[in-house]
Amino acid sequence: MANLVDLTISSLRQLLDQREVSAVEVTRAYLERIEKVDSKIKAYLTVTGDQAMEAARAADEHMASGETAPLTGIPLGIKDVICTKGVPTTCASRMLEGFIPPYNATLMERLNGQHAVILGKLNMDEFAMGSSTENSAFFPTHNPWDLKRIPGGSSGGSAASVAARTCAGSFGSDTGGSIRQPASHCGVVGIKPTYGRVSRFGLIAFASSLDQIGPIARDVTDCAILLEAASGYDPKDSTSVNKQVPSYIGSLKEGLKGLRIGVPEEYFIPGMDPEVEEAIRNGVSTLKEQGAEIIDINLPHTEFAVATYYIIAPAEASSNLSRYDGVKYGFRAEGYRDLLEMYTRTRSAGFGPEVKRRIMVGTYCLSAGYYDAYYKKASKVRTLITRDFQDAFARCDCIAAPVAPTPAFELGEKKDDPLQMYLSDIFTIPVNLAGIPSISVPCGISKEGLPIGMQLMAGHFQEETIFKVAYNLELTLGKIGDWPEI
Amino acid sequence: MDYEAVIGLEVHVQLKTRSKIFCSCSTRFGAPPNTHTCPICIGMPGVLPVLNKKVVEYAMKMALATNCEIASVSQFARKHYFYPDLPKGYQISQYELPLAENGWIDVEVDGQTRRIGITRIHMEEDAGKLIHDEHRPLSFVDLNRTGTPLIEIVSEPDIRRPEEASEYLKKIRQLVRYLGISDGNMEEGSLRCDANISLRPLGRQGYGVKSELKNMNSFRHVQKALEYEIRRQTALLLDGGQVVQETRLWDAAKGVTHSMRGKEEAHDYRYFPDPDLVPVEIERVWIEKVRQEMPELPGAKRERFVKEYGLPPYDADVLTSSIHVADYFEECVRLFHRPKTVSNWIMVELLKLLHQDNQEIDTCPVPPSSLAALLKLVEDGTISAKMGKKVLEESYKTGMEPQQIVQEQGLSQLSDEAELKSMVARVIEDFPEEVAKYRSGKKKVFGFLVGQVMRMTRGKANPKKVNELLQKALD
Ligand SMILES: [Zn+2]
Repeated sequence: MANLVDLTISSLRQLLDQREVSAVEVTRAYLERIEKVDSKIKAYLTVTGDQAMEAARAADEHMASGETAPLTGIPLGIKDVICTKGVPTTCASRMLEGFIPPYNATLMERLNGQHAVILGKLNMDEFAMGSSTENSAFFPTHNPWDLKRIPGGSSGGSAASVAARTCAGSFGSDTGGSIRQPASHCGVVGIKPTYGRVSRFGLIAFASSLDQIGPIARDVTDCAILLEAASGYDPKDSTSVNKQVPSYIGSLKEGLKGLRIGVPEEYFIPGMDPEVEEAIRNGVSTLKEQGAEIIDINLPHTEFAVATYYIIAPAEASSNLSRYDGVKYGFRAEGYRDLLEMYTRTRSAGFGPEVKRRIMVGTYCLSAGYYDAYYKKASKVRTLITRDFQDAFARCDCIAAPVAPTPAFELGEKKDDPLQMYLSDIFTIPVNLAGIPSISVPCGISKEGLPIGMQLMAGHFQEETIFKVAYNLELTLGKIGDWPEI
Repeated sequence: MDYEAVIGLEVHVQLKTRSKIFCSCSTRFGAPPNTHTCPICIGMPGVLPVLNKKVVEYAMKMALATNCEIASVSQFARKHYFYPDLPKGYQISQYELPLAENGWIDVEVDGQTRRIGITRIHMEEDAGKLIHDEHRPLSFVDLNRTGTPLIEIVSEPDIRRPEEASEYLKKIRQLVRYLGISDGNMEEGSLRCDANISLRPLGRQGYGVKSELKNMNSFRHVQKALEYEIRRQTALLLDGGQVVQETRLWDAAKGVTHSMRGKEEAHDYRYFPDPDLVPVEIERVWIEKVRQEMPELPGAKRERFVKEYGLPPYDADVLTSSIHVADYFEECVRLFHRPKTVSNWIMVELLKLLHQDNQEIDTCPVPPSSLAALLKLVEDGTISAKMGKKVLEESYKTGMEPQQIVQEQGLSQLSDEAELKSMVARVIEDFPEEVAKYRSGKKKVFGFLVGQVMRMTRGKANPKKVNELLQKALD
């Protein structure tokens, strides 16, 4: 038998269902793998070994009594932005160091309901702000394909652990590309679903109107399995949409005949890595060979997306992060003499530099006299960007584009240049502003051996289309390379 | 120069829904600190608010009762400031798109009716409470109240006199109580009022510089604070000085207002639409449904009392001042069909008793059925009206039924004609001199003879009957 940790969720499912392997054995294999390689990757902030073994035993019992759900006994990792009852949830911030939520995110309730096994909590940029996971207050995470490089961010731990086979699949969150960009950099599949598809209850808010939970997996099928488990209406989240969840797995194998794929001119910019462009163009040709019709499209307001995002996201963040004041939970600085000093010391010491930068930008954008010029205007541009996509989807079913302008860069390379760092999200941000779904699926590898992902977007709640195209691409291109040895 | 005051009020009304506005915690008052809390109302990371529909309906009722237009789409917004009783660092309120706008309330002062415009009514959540240690520089936070639903009612600057402000507030209290959406109690904080006040030369349009008054915890304090502020601003202006825009606190003990913060220190609340809550969409049908559930409002009830019961407008006014008094009256009339008599007894006797005890009629120990029974006893002559008042007092004190009191204390009047006749005959026999005086034209002595009969019966004789019989016997 192949190494258990190298198997996809769908293969594991077969082995578990046929009783060839138990959830306990699978979980033990993963915990051993974490023990062996995570010191090099640093994907985990917390490993919940005992709880995982207990959950695995429970999963085995459930399977023995014939109660098997798609994720029963499957070991998963969770980005540390998602609240896990009784397990520290830190957002990779000093501010929440030691914070143990007395409640579960709705996602966790759904996964528990299927008796999935949770291995632990995964590293990220502090409060999901960043594109490299270097903003974690605790330590950076390394890219399994090249340990000198960043795994992407903010869900860097989630992508790196899937690629490093320290979990079978994971969940992250995507506010401006935080699932897709690390998935692209780590050679795995990650989807940001339609806004409202997955409940945000228990997802610690960065920018509420943009945040969405999504899965990261080894292949498209696993990604579809995970999203199906996570999706659905939640009365605890007013922005979740009461719309039936289709069978994502069921639609994977439909062909591409009659499907129109748009390629946006604005996503191929001067200065982008030629290898990235080549990989995407090659991927598009492959889809054409599979029967899709390729058309050129325009998304004319794309150039304003980054500026719009860096007003809306910090504005919402400045508001969402007001609650971390040292009064009720989490970190409180010492040595204050009065209330104001308690606030300023706590927030000065508790937040890292990138979080503070965004709080300041956001506070400024919402201030009296600046609100109209910044937040209100940005909201209008956001509408224009959304309309671009609506117009585009009147002409095509799916849009193919790069995920990031370059493959993974080196640790420290952009850490002190926030503007350069912000530009690495240039192709992923418009999707969040429009609320549409988008996947990152591997479509090539650079000469240096670094994965390159293709982004596939579709209209609201058209995840099936995305999965179908992504599955076809994956099937036709084959694996981009063997999983990296670590 | 004469000045005229321009006053606008911002009134917060705590709604008495069973659960909080964005979570399912109880709104009950008086529980141990932080026991009516959950991750949502204490602002833990990652939790989300879900709007309580009842709050919207309560707010809609007030909007309809104050002639407002209800917005088909309204939106919640976040109002930011740091304070330990505000766990999220922002209050969820409404800003650009409030629930309702453009209404009015009529108030009457000294027989004059004035229409006060309502700018807007919006929904929001209440904050918690800080409890300060008296001996140490230490404060405790109680978040039980956090997330209790409020509506804010903002008036136009249409109020000109402190009395009008007070009447306007009483009208709001009357409405929220009629609607059953709030206790409307200023002393307990379920009704709170801030005032904006400026002066302008009498007869002039436009507005002067205003001050905002806070910390007024009763109708009287609102009136007093406004009176003080008019004097203060008038003196300033007459001295050639200028009013500065600021927030001032009313000091009830000293009877003055003093500056709390100036314009420069005013908060920048950084309002923006709350992305966690979808816009509140209100369709016509919903408004109609709420309209159907509305009780009869004071104005309509007053008119009906005049028409249906033939009451003088004054009586109708007093009886409809509170929905509980009105209900009490109607129940009483249902059992005893003389509306004016019932009205007199409630207005003169019952409300006096309640007033002495500082009680409201809904906690009155004499239920309407008992008052009706008492009035029957008076009507059929079992007891005199004077005795009736005593029995009412007794019933109010002890909670006993009037019949029982009359029976146990032997209070019923002696009306038996034969018995009374024989007593009258004995009095005529016992007082021949007085009888002779009377017959010689000294009619004054009649009262003395009546008194003798009453004495013999220890006051229980029906005075009307005694009069009749004595008259007959003497003439
Ligand atoms: Zn609560």
